[in-house]
Amino acid sequence: MAKNTPDQPKLGPGRVLIAVYGVFAIAATVRAGFQIATAFSASPVNYSLSALSGLVYILATISLARTGKTWHKIAWGTLIFELTGVLLVGTFSLFFPAATVKQTSVWSYFGMYYLFIPLILPILGLNWLRKQGRDQ
Amino acid sequence: MPELLYQVLLWSALAVGLGSLLLGLLGKVPGNVTAIGQAVLELGLLALLVTSIVLVAGGKSAATSTVEFFAYLVGALIIPVAAVFWSLLERSRWSTVVLGVSGLAIVVMVVRMHQIWTGSYL
Repeated sequence: MAKNTPDQPKLGPGRVLIAVYGVFAIAATVRAGFQIATAFSASPVNYSLSALSGLVYILATISLARTGKTWHKIAWGTLIFELTGVLLVGTFSLFFPAATVKQTSVWSYFGMYYLFIPLILPILGLNWLRKQGRDQ
Repeated sequence: MPELLYQVLLWSALAVGLGSLLLGLLGKVPGNVTAIGQAVLELGLLALLVTSIVLVAGGKSAATSTVEFFAYLVGALIIPVAAVFWSLLERSRWSTVVLGVSGLAIVVMVVRMHQIWTGSYL
């Protein structure tokens, strides 16, 4: 029953990475969309950051699942963007914390309110991309 | 949401999630056991859907946001289905791990839904 079609490479553990990225990307984007739709004025910067990161996460998921040099580059770009974002905003939020938890963003406190997934995922992803690049 | 249903969903999702994760890391490909695990979660979530609709129709609502509650619920309902479909594409240990991820994702969503419903909200 196993089918490895030619255009779908055997992803191995990358499959798990893409799955987690996909679930997280959708969850983060939907949540940010919800926050913007219902309470944008409460925390416009943070909610916008979350929405932007959500969209980039979606792009990251797609680019991780695809093959080819261009998608590989896009994957690198999105993951570096995400890692930089969570590190910068995470550090910033330590010095300028949001007034309430509700007003935090995905990247606040290095993604603490999202089980640190925003921090760990790009690191794992970049590591996997590095191995992919070597094998090709 | 009824406390009993919440606990049952929470712990079964945790069991299915960790169980599939473990089976996957041990090298087992997706099979009947893991598929049944996902089916159990899906049934539990459907039970939650029906219960919630009945409660809301009877005048109850989430402490925080009923719309957000159902958004999470609909999202959660999709996850086991998508995970099983994906595991059919590549019958490897990693697909089993993905089923584990599905279970753990359901844990997170169930906790979140409980927070939204009871108002212990983050």
